Amino acid sequence: MKEMRILSPTAILGYGFPLGSFERGMARRPDAIGLDGGSSDPGPYYLGAGKPFVDREAVKRDLGIVIPAAKKAGVPVVIGTAGGSGARAHVDWCLKIIREIAREKRLRLRTAVIQAEVPRALVARALAAGRVRPLSFVPELTPETLRRAGSIVAQMGMEPLIAALEKGVDLVVAGRCYDPAVFAAPAVMNGFDPGLAVHLGKIVECAAIAATPGSGRDCVLGVLRKDAFTLEVLSDARRFTTASVAAHTMYEKSHPYLLPGPGGVLDLSEVSFRQAGESSVEVHGSRFVPGPASVKIEGAVRAGYRTFSICGIRDRVMLGQLDPIFEAVRAAVEDNFGRGDYRVNFRVYGRDAVMGALEPLRDRVGHEVGVVIDVVAPTQAQASTICGFARSTALHYGYPGRMATAGNLAFPFSPSDFEAGAVYEFGVYHVMEIDDPARLFPAKLLTIGGGR
Amino acid sequence: MIRKRRVRLSELAGVIRSKNSGPFELTLDVFFKTPEIFRRARERGTVSRELIRRLYRVRDEQVLEIIWFEPASAVKATIARPVSSGSAGDTDVYGAQQHMPLVDAEVDWE
Repeated sequence: MKEMRILSPTAILGYGFPLGSFERGMARRPDAIGLDGGSSDPGPYYLGAGKPFVDREAVKRDLGIVIPAAKKAGVPVVIGTAGGSGARAHVDWCLKIIREIAREKRLRLRTAVIQAEVPRALVARALAAGRVRPLSFVPELTPETLRRAGSIVAQMGMEPLIAALEKGVDLVVAGRCYDPAVFAAPAVMNGFDPGLAVHLGKIVECAAIAATPGSGRDCVLGVLRKDAFTLEVLSDARRFTTASVAAHTMYEKSHPYLLPGPGGVLDLSEVSFRQAGESSVEVHGSRFVPGPASVKIEGAVRAGYRTFSICGIRDRVMLGQLDPIFEAVRAAVEDNFGRGDYRVNFRVYGRDAVMGALEPLRDRVGHEVGVVIDVVAPTQAQASTICGFARSTALHYGYPGRMATAGNLAFPFSPSDFEAGAVYEFGVYHVMEIDDPARLFPAKLLTIGGGR
Repeated sequence: MIRKRRVRLSELAGVIRSKNSGPFELTLDVFFKTPEIFRRARERGTVSRELIRRLYRVRDEQVLEIIWFEPASAVKATIARPVSSGSAGDTDVYGAQQHMPLVDAEVDWE
């Protein structure tokens, strides 16, 4: 095999893609199609609640186009971090959609399902043996946090995906994955350099976000050869440039040229980018340096339940004394309900709601501000009680110098308060040493659908 | 060539951005307009731990290494998030709107 063409239809499964770009990609006769199904970026809620962060119909639309086309062309499809967070509930959610598609389009899909949820007892043993360490700025993992965490997932690397692809399946549906592995695995299986393959994967996993103008809903193609890879756009609307690719290499990483992942580090210190055509870029020099076997583990802990209220303040007198007023409201909450395991947070848009503690211009307040009264408490009922009380207290609070005695807050909506459900935090975000990556990620082969 | 003594970083850079690097880190990227500006900025240490500490009012141990990356004519600084992404007190789940202090930063340049 002289070159390997990997098609990435979209940045996240469910973000969509133009049909024309996808057809152009298929006309380039790809050897594999990769779909990154998720991310930890939308926050801990989705892992904690076992829910997807993309819409079911949107995912079905994308898969309903990709799977039949790939099956017809005999190209394997690899879906990583299925369902958004890649725990068992997410993988099963994705499989259900695939079953529907297989039934509706009369397809028969030989499928490998790889779960990424790790047993709590296994993590507990590793923790006790000193084989779990936090990443930068993450607190040490405690047995208590581990006990409270919901599903714990481990990020798989290429090995489990390669083992599944070697079975000759039409489709791999994997739980939590290192995003680049989805695209690198088919290439590494065919003997291509893992450094180039992982770097290719790192760029195309975000599809056209790495092109210019960037887009999360357009297809791109990565073409891997023995000593370099090329990135190609599949739409005339955008191009890859050396600047856009170099910039993307640094995206969402704490180090620009040493990128740790499962089983080793991608070393880009010797990398070079060359404009290979009007809209494609050639990349040389990416190296993979194998390290000890370890996986990143993720788990969300429920911190409580949220109820919030949205309102605006236009009164100049009030805007001059927001902090003392909010302090007084907090004191009234405490006076009414006592101290408890709840928090009342006034988020002031137009002042420092976006940057919080990092905001240097906190003393500049606009002529109006938006306020989110954000309450997190141990139960939904308590959160609603406290939010409602804080809202009514702030609405009628008589601050010094007040001219507008009819009311202090402008509510855009009735009802004014919203129950937002459970709030989670990443309690587990650690690296766990392992002995055998294959054993951690069990694969199951099955046939979906009864069609051709 | 720019010949002022104090300039804003936005005059030297084409892209300045912030983003999560995992839920506990905020990573800041500055892409200089030309390789020449990049090299001069690197020589001068235009983006430094001290600058990041001052702009974001964080302690030294909350700043990871400042790393210059020639192939992108860029420098990267990573700091600890005040709270982890999406947890109760967070203000910016993706961390994508934390870049303005860098855009407005005034630096020595002659």
